[in-house]
Parts: sequence; structure tokens; C-alpha cells
Amino acid sequence: MAVISKMAKAGSVESNDILVMISPGDGKIDIEVESIVYNQYGDDIKKTILDTLEEEEVTDAKVIVNDKGALDFTIRARVKACVRRGSVQDV
Amino acid sequence: MYKTLLFMPGNNPGMLVSSDVLGADAILIDLEDAVALNEKDAARILVVEYLNTFENKTDVFIRINPLDTPFFYDDLDAIIDANIEGVVLPKASVESMDALDKYLNEKNSDFKIIALIETSLGLEMAMEILSRSDKVMGVLLGAEDLTLDLGAKRTKESEEIAYARSKIIAVSKALQIEAIDTPFTDTDDYEGLKKDSLNAKDLGMTGKALISPRHVDIVNNVFAPSQKEIEHALRVVEGQKEAVEKGLGAFSLDGKMVDAPIIKRALNLLKMSGDYKEEYDELLK
Amino acid sequence: MNYLNNFNIDTIKVIDKSEYPTKGQKKNKITEDIDNLFKELDIKDGYVLSFHHHLRNGDQVTNLIMKQVQKLGVKDITLVASSLFPTNKELIPLLKDGTIKNVVTSYISGELGEAISHGELKGNIIMQSHGGRARSIINGELKIDVAFIASPSSDNKGNISGVNGTNSCGSMGYAIADSMMAEKVVAVTDSLVEYPNYPTDITEDYVDHILLVDSIGLKSGIVSGTTQVTKDPIGLKIAKDTLKVMEASGLLKEGFSYQSGAGGISLAVTSFLRDYMIENELKGGFASGGITGYLTDMLEEGLFESLYDVQCFDLEAIESLKKNPTHLRMSASQYGNPEVSAVVDNLDIVILGATEIDTDFNVNVMTGSHGMLMGGSGGHQDTAAGSKLSIIVSKLFSSRIPLIKDKVDVITTPGTTVDVLVTERGICVNPLRQDLIELFEEAKLNIVDIKELKEYSENIMGKAKPIEKTDRIIGVSEYRDGSILDYIYEVK
Repeated sequence: MAVISKMAKAGSVESNDILVMISPGDGKIDIEVESIVYNQYGDDIKKTILDTLEEEEVTDAKVIVNDKGALDFTIRARVKACVRRGSVQDV
Repeated sequence: MYKTLLFMPGNNPGMLVSSDVLGADAILIDLEDAVALNEKDAARILVVEYLNTFENKTDVFIRINPLDTPFFYDDLDAIIDANIEGVVLPKASVESMDALDKYLNEKNSDFKIIALIETSLGLEMAMEILSRSDKVMGVLLGAEDLTLDLGAKRTKESEEIAYARSKIIAVSKALQIEAIDTPFTDTDDYEGLKKDSLNAKDLGMTGKALISPRHVDIVNNVFAPSQKEIEHALRVVEGQKEAVEKGLGAFSLDGKMVDAPIIKRALNLLKMSGDYKEEYDELLK
Repeated sequence: MNYLNNFNIDTIKVIDKSEYPTKGQKKNKITEDIDNLFKELDIKDGYVLSFHHHLRNGDQVTNLIMKQVQKLGVKDITLVASSLFPTNKELIPLLKDGTIKNVVTSYISGELGEAISHGELKGNIIMQSHGGRARSIINGELKIDVAFIASPSSDNKGNISGVNGTNSCGSMGYAIADSMMAEKVVAVTDSLVEYPNYPTDITEDYVDHILLVDSIGLKSGIVSGTTQVTKDPIGLKIAKDTLKVMEASGLLKEGFSYQSGAGGISLAVTSFLRDYMIENELKGGFASGGITGYLTDMLEEGLFESLYDVQCFDLEAIESLKKNPTHLRMSASQYGNPEVSAVVDNLDIVILGATEIDTDFNVNVMTGSHGMLMGGSGGHQDTAAGSKLSIIVSKLFSSRIPLIKDKVDVITTPGTTVDVLVTERGICVNPLRQDLIELFEEAKLNIVDIKELKEYSENIMGKAKPIEKTDRIIGVSEYRDGSILDYIYEVK
């Protein structure tokens, strides 16, 4: 399990990228999405973030993203990087 | 044989997605110079996610960080299962080549290695370095770092790297690996690029690394054999085939004796142009 | 002249000496007093007022005049502007207070378009093509009460020139039909020059009033900022492949004619075409449309015989229009009016952009990914219909905004007139053009089925949720012949 212990960010607000910010949560996953394609893909983006957090075994975090049209692989990569930067790995 | 090997920044998702439509024979995804120190982790993850998601139509190599950085093994650990052709080893030295070869063998990896020669020591030791691993398929000259190390002034005319180019080429031919020229760094000077590429080709380079996608077509054209060259090569090879069938030792074409080096050159050219046939394998025996 | 058929011509009265004309000046046309001018124009509720967009985002005339209309309390105006730009956001309050009821235009961008998409207009918005606009004005379908012509320069009689004056804009092709057909024509200028003002774009016989103002526009906004060849390698790859398409079509031969939009990829096509023509010693006939420095260079290099210019996109084009006799002005009607002989009908190849395209090749360049108005046909419809080969150039992947859809938001240009789509992941040919498919296969071009390309992109991007619209129709997308292609709905 990965415990988010500090604030961290990954990615950028360049076109095709996404800026992900993560911080310790209050007992659950909280996701806030801002996106240039929110109307078309807002739900997809949220789902990708949730799936990635689950994969990384994060259960408690606040995630804020600013998306500039990133594809799924980028969203996954940025969330993963963010989790690793913000967590202490629990064995 | 790769005529064009295009560097792509490892931390740029937009560029990665379209890297395989740019017409280069190979893509060199860069985790080294193109990625800031505090983004090495993110770039590594991004590249792996990209490679796991997309089937890149082009051969992909990844330039990892050098052995003397904390990122060398992290990079390798991240990419070892990725669907790529191999890795580009920067600042190639005897130590780093041994380390890389050992790592890949331990992991039973069939990654190939392109060694980037960009230090004075690396240049002078090139033969030794490149012989250390049978995974080495090519040598890439890195003139920017090399000239810095040499204390030489880097110019567009590139006279300062004439020796380095020739040395790299000689070693590559001795080891039968590809000789890849240093990138031309002025992204807007197409005339200069053409001249520089022609110069490299005439010296014996088999391809060229690029830092701008806009350079791909020009360099592809320079390194691609011309129709006239292909036709001549085909005549040489077909002539030799006939000579072998008839049991003749040697034959002449347009009044010139055709000997082994000429046949070899013709065969190499056909490999480059894509006109090579398997039956030609017999011809040099 | 009703005496022409009068057999008793001796019954017609000859005027008396006392009724003989006197010599003298006609009434003065010039005024600086906008209040007085408006009294004379007597603009009433429901009037149709027209404007042109040659000053693009630098235009200050449309806002100035419409605010005067608002000040006088006149309501329900139909605003006929050849295009509207972000600067026209100042008109939003005029939608709300009912000064403006309907809008008729060929292109709209910025907050005004968004406000209209959100249903702020009491009446309707009619989106036309440039040629369709000229058609409807000239055939009397669209009657203009007063045309306000932003004029870079005018003399005291109303000879208007687009190339003189501090705010020069070059050709004034979109204002010609208005000046010919409107009940009243007002030249609005900040640059009064000696009589005669030449070369003349609109002549004095069409001009009723001249309104002198401090400034008609801002130079920086007049010269479009989009006229640069793209540096994006993907865009360049698309442009390169487009040249291959043109070559394979067999149309690139001596005397061919060509038009391209001013988008980055289209300009890159023009730039590659130039290299190709030089290398192959190929000389074209005419190039047409909005003219850029890239085309004027090619004219001066002798690569094209002439240019047909409906509007100038940059300073180089304006300079060339001044000095090159084969750089020709054309009106919007001559450009693309479907009811007369028009330049687009002589066009071999046109390069166009697209915001969305569906699997039947219908194109949307009118609304953006949020469904809001942010463009319009311009000459898109006209050139697609007239040309022998219409090519859409666009990136397939651009920040997760899907290009190919099952159904486009608003049809701007019907797929029956669109021949080829070139993307970085392959070339799609309209099945209606089997002749092109054969030629392209022969040339070994990378042809892909547009449906397959749509699926490929959906696999990577995911399927976009449809844009949410209300049931309320706020306007129509009109075809160049006046028929209705599609409805425009209010956005939620």
C-alpha cells in the first residue's frame, strides 16, 4: 500500500499533458478534475485516475488535476509519478 | 540499416504519441539530456506507459542516463520489459559498456546497444569499448560533448570532427556495426544539414542521428541510394551470380574488373535500398 | 423613358427656359457629426445594417456604429456582418437589450459567438458562405437598408481604396455586394485623401455619405496573426503528404489553379508546393482566396500567372496588391456566388481545414468542441463545391479533441463536395471519388478507410460524450445556394 504523506505534483499544463497534484486525504479518495475536454471526457478522466490509484494501492488521497487534453497513458503516468513522489512505500 | 535516427524528448506526451509517423527509420527516446533532473522519474514512467499502450511502427531505442548518474539502473529497471529494440548508452566507456552488458545478460535481455561516443577517452578507446559486448549494433558519434572535451570549437563545417568521424567509421567497419553520425543542431538550416549529411555519408557513415523531425526527409534522401546507384549495384550482383553459375572466377562490367570489394559495396547498397534478396547471401562465399 | 413606345411623341411637353438646370456642386457627402448623419439616415426598428470584416479583429467601425444605433433606442436590427471577431464582444449587451435581433454572417469567433450559442439572440443567426452571402445580397433575397463600409481611405466624393491610409487592408472583396445593393451606403473613414483616391475598390457612385472618425481600427488586429507556416512536425508531415496527394491526382500540371486557407498546415502545403514547382519547373495559372505573402512571393517568382484576391491576410499581400498588375482584386460574388460565373468554378485544387469531419465527409468548421460558435464557412463551402479536388488537412490527434465523428455538430460543408482528408495517420478518400482512389493506389499513397481511422482514434482517445444542447434552434447553417444544411442549437 502506498500512503500519501506529503503534497506532490507531476506533469505539466502543456498541450497533451496533465498536471496532477496529490496530497494526504481525509480517509478516502477525493478527485477534482479541470479539463479542456471536460464535457467529452470528464468521466473517463476520473475513472482513469481512480483505476491508477487502485493499481498503486492508494486509498486515501486528495487529487486535483488540470488536464490539457492528455491521453489515458499520460494520465496514468502522471498519477503514478505523483503517487511515488508523495508517498512512503509501505511494505 | 538505419538512415535516420530521431531523438524524441522522453517527457513530452504529445511528441511520443506521434513519434512513429515522422518518417525516421528509428526513434531514440531520450531520458538523458532532454529531461530535466527533477523530471527523470516522471519521464521514465511516461515512456513505459507509452510503450505499453502503443504499438510503435518504428524501431525504438531508449537513451538512458549515463553510468555515473544515479539514474542508470533506475532507467534500465523501468524499461527492461518494454517492447523496444534496445538502448543508447551515453558517454560510452569500457566500464559503462561492461555494466550494461552484464545487466542485460543477467536479465536475459535481447536489447541491442548503440554506443554513444562523446568523450576523448571514449573515442581513443572506441575499438575496445565497442568490442566488449556482442549486443552492440551501432556506434553514434556525439560531437557536441566531444568537442567540448577536446577543447575544440564546434563549427558547421565540422572540420574539427573530421578525425573523430573517420575513426568512428573505421572502427565500425572493422566490427561490422552501423556508423551513425552526430546530429546537425541548427534546426532551420536545411542547406547546411544537407551538406553536413552528404559529407558524413561520403566519409562512410551509414546513417545520422537527428534532433529535429523536420530534418528527417532531407537526411533520408541523402543516405538513400540513388536509382542509378541501385541499378548499378543490381547489375554487379546479377553479373556475379551469372559468373558463379558459369563457374567463372571474375567478370567485368563496363570494361572494369569486378572484384570482391565492389560486390560487397553493391550488396551493402542493396541492403540499404531494400532491394536485397536472400539468395545474394551466397555471393560472397 | 416611358415615351419610348409613345407614337404621339409630339404630345410630350418640352421644358420651359425657367426650368433649365443650374450649374453647381451636389450636396456635400462628408460629415464628422455622427448624430446628424443618423438623423439623416433615419434608421428605424427592424432595419438591416451591413458591415464587412476586412479590418478583422482590428475593426472598430461595427462596434461604433451599432452603439450609436443603441444610443438612439432603435431595436430589432438585423446585423449583416461578413464576419465577426473577438473585438465584437462589445456587442453582447446589444443582444440583451434587443438592439440586435438577428445576425447574418459567414464567420464568428470570440465571446459574441458564445453568447449567441447560449441563446442571447432574440431572433436567429444565419451562417452563410462568402459566396452565399454575395448571392443573397445581389439577388435581392437579403435587402440591406444601410451598408457601413469601413474605409481605409476615401476622398471627399467617396472613392474608397483599401490600399491607402494608415489602416490599409488591401482588397475589399467582401464589401462590394453591400455597396452595390444597399439602399444607403456610408463610407466610414479615418483617412481623407485628395480626389481622386485610387486604385479604387468602391467608387463614388455607390457612396451616399462619408463619415469621418478618429480611427476605424487597430493595425495590429487587421493583419491576421495566424498566417505562419506551422513548425509542428506533425503538421509538416501532413502538408508533405498533401503535396503527394496533389501530385498523384494529376492536377499539378502547367496552368493549374490553387487555393489554400491561411491555417498553419495549409500554408505549409503552399510552401512545399512552391519548392515542388521550382524543382519541376512548373508554372501555375492563378491562385485565389485570401492572399498571403507566401502567394505574393510565388507570383513575383513567376510561379503563378496571377492572384485573385478577395482579402489580404498580411502586409506583404497589401504591398503586392499595390504594385503587381497581375495581383487582381475580386469581389465575394466573383469569388464564389453560385448563381453566376465564379472563380471557384475554375479552381483545380483547394486546401481546407476542419474542426470535425464525419464518416460521410461532412465538415464542421462552425462550432468548437464545446458546441459553441467559433468559426464559419467563409469560403469553405464555395471552394469545396467549385474545385476539382478539395482536400481537408488536419491532425488526427490534437489534445484529445476528436476529429472524425459519427456525426458532426453542425454541417458547414456537405460531404458530397469534400474529396480527401489528409491526417498524420493516413489519407481518406471520399468513396464518391473512385477515380481518385485508383490514382492514389497507383501512387502507393497510404489510403485508409475513414471509418477505420475513426475507430483507431476512438480506441486511443475514448469515445467522446456528445455535446449537450437544448432543443431550442437558434439559427441555421445555410448552403451557398440558400438551402438549409443544418440547424444550430442553443448550448446548455
